[in-house]
Amino acid sequence: MTGSIEAQVLQPYKYGFVTDIETDVVPPGLNEDVIRVISQKKSEPEWMLDWRLRAYRQWLKMKEPHWSNVTYGPIDYQAISYYAAPKAKPKLDSLEQVDPKLIETFEKLGIPLEERKRLAGVAVDAVFDSVSVATTFRETLAKQGVIFCAISEAIREYPDLVREYLGSVVPHNDNFFAALNSAVFTDGSFAYIPKGVRCPLELSTYFRINASSTGQFERTLIVAEEGSYVSYLEGCSAPVRDENQLHAAVVELVALDNAEIKYSTIQNWYPGDEAGRGGIYNFVTKRGKCLGRNSKISWTQVETGSAITWKYPGCILQGDNSVGEFYSVAVTNNRQQADTGTKMIHLGKNTRSTIVSKGISAGRGQNTYRGLVKIMKGAEHARNYSQCDSMLIGDKCGAHTFPYIDVRNSSALMEHEASTSKIGEDQIFYCKQRGLSAEDAVNMIVNGFCKEVFKELPMEFAVEAQRLLGISLEGSVG
Amino acid sequence: MTRRATRETGRALLEVRNLHAAVEGREILRGVDLLVNVGEVHAVMGPNGSGKSTLAQVLGGHPAYSVTEGSVLYQGKDLLAMKPEERAREGVFLAFQYPVAIRGITNAYFLRSALNALRKARGEQELGPVEFMDALEDKLKVIGWDDSYLSRPVNDGFSGGEKKRNEILQLAVLEPKLAILDETDSGLDIDALKTVAHTVDRLRRPDSATVLVTHYYRILTHITPDFVHVLSGGRIVKSGAKELALELEEKGYDWLREEAAVG
Repeated sequence: MTGSIEAQVLQPYKYGFVTDIETDVVPPGLNEDVIRVISQKKSEPEWMLDWRLRAYRQWLKMKEPHWSNVTYGPIDYQAISYYAAPKAKPKLDSLEQVDPKLIETFEKLGIPLEERKRLAGVAVDAVFDSVSVATTFRETLAKQGVIFCAISEAIREYPDLVREYLGSVVPHNDNFFAALNSAVFTDGSFAYIPKGVRCPLELSTYFRINASSTGQFERTLIVAEEGSYVSYLEGCSAPVRDENQLHAAVVELVALDNAEIKYSTIQNWYPGDEAGRGGIYNFVTKRGKCLGRNSKISWTQVETGSAITWKYPGCILQGDNSVGEFYSVAVTNNRQQADTGTKMIHLGKNTRSTIVSKGISAGRGQNTYRGLVKIMKGAEHARNYSQCDSMLIGDKCGAHTFPYIDVRNSSALMEHEASTSKIGEDQIFYCKQRGLSAEDAVNMIVNGFCKEVFKELPMEFAVEAQRLLGISLEGSVG
Repeated sequence: MTRRATRETGRALLEVRNLHAAVEGREILRGVDLLVNVGEVHAVMGPNGSGKSTLAQVLGGHPAYSVTEGSVLYQGKDLLAMKPEERAREGVFLAFQYPVAIRGITNAYFLRSALNALRKARGEQELGPVEFMDALEDKLKVIGWDDSYLSRPVNDGFSGGEKKRNEILQLAVLEPKLAILDETDSGLDIDALKTVAHTVDRLRRPDSATVLVTHYYRILTHITPDFVHVLSGGRIVKSGAKELALELEEKGYDWLREEAAVG
């Protein structure tokens, strides 16, 4: 830790560059015509357009939610452009036809798209503004029957699958931001793991916002058939800009009998500067449905970026004996605000859920854990274990915990633990007295605090998460 | 008298002159003078509240204490101008009276990070996990531990005695030039005390020195100090050879306080 992380800690947000590329942008504003344009650009079938329009009409009747513990100025939805794509039309069948500028952009982000350069064992879908520009290892995956492609492509190529599951976990009118996403979503990933297949590679999508005054509205759908397994990772970043940009994504997961989906996120959107100028509004709806018996969905998230984070990846535990897990590290530094947590809805018998949440606040950051555990009437012998730990660095930040528990079956077993600690002068002094620098000391203490979550991440990403944490907390201790 | 004698024989490692220090605006140290040469063991004794731990913390560089007057030279350099981590890298080690726990970080990782920070500062190659474990084996034996302690989080869930032993393990691994032991003996049962004392004794080297801050005589039956100092009211009121410790054991501290008040 002393070597590499110390060097990293001294760096500012390093993904803040802008790619200079000709972009096809739909003018700002939102109405039915804009939605028709998006649908047309994606060469979508009629049913998709109808679904979008239904969502849009619902959205018009909905109000932006303000119950979360965050504050921000009004968002002008008519000032946002809902579609931006690099002009050189990307062709997915060959990387040679992808604009070299895009390949270079992803290289700079540490996501080389040429397969020979890739980390062994990881297939990547790269999304740039509103379009997927490349998906690697498609052939390797196809041999096992695994489908991994841009969702816009899936809508054209696998309409039956998409139609069956799209909106089945997060309906088009689920909430304000989900409805907006349903109306205007542009790209995202689709993964389908056939019956009995253990996906041979980690699947991964990297989202990059580049254009200014645009929002990114991606939609991801993962379906794991009976007895299959997949591990999926999502990463993201954006340029440094003074304006706030909206990112309203929807992720839906479906696990059938004995299937398992492991979904990991490393969220590193631009967090804004020290004074709170700029940064991404990350308003995201993520939900998984354990539809089958003995199925399992596990969410792991490391949230270091964004000016505001509003997300509650949850699990609907419908199948008997199904398992839901949520492991989270959320960091807020400077003026960042996070209101994040999970929802575990127990419907089936003997369903189990585990929640481990670690919130770290530094600077003037505000960090809120908000979680709901709901045990429905039919959920005999359901069990939940929740652990919410908060760590404060400095005396101008805040940590808040709102655990909601709703139990409607008396056979349920619930455990809840919570703690708040402060990185103390004594702890840092102890490390320094052993020769460690202040940065290394904080890194060590924070990484130790997050260990239970990091051990859930795939190996390479755990290293990445530790490194990001160091960068996010830069300058938080003198 | 004693001090003059040491100055002739030894090489000064630590020179504390007229040291005044305060915490939260309260002056605790009121003119401490202390000279420690290489190869020596000094015991600093005194009643509760005399400033013993403050002296140890100030030498270690704890930010809560401010030095209001005086100077400290370490190897001829201004110790007070150095950050705590710089002091550590120059070979100053403070064994804490209340060692701090670090959740989720294993003892082995912490020890290796600390050792590598010192090695890096000295321009030496950092040790990888395997090399480090090899180097650690003997040190563990010295304090009578098996390697199960290495995979436990630093001081987390350790008993009082285990925490103190852990400090001594760190001492053994980091091999400082100046070891300051802040009441490492308090709260230890007889066996633990013996182990700790013998370890410290075994680690004595001709080019290093130890300052043993203690309330009790009993550790001095296992480690023979070259000098004993009595701290009272923020000053060293008496210095002598090891016999002074025995005298304190018999007579307590009150007579010294009176003597100091009169003198």
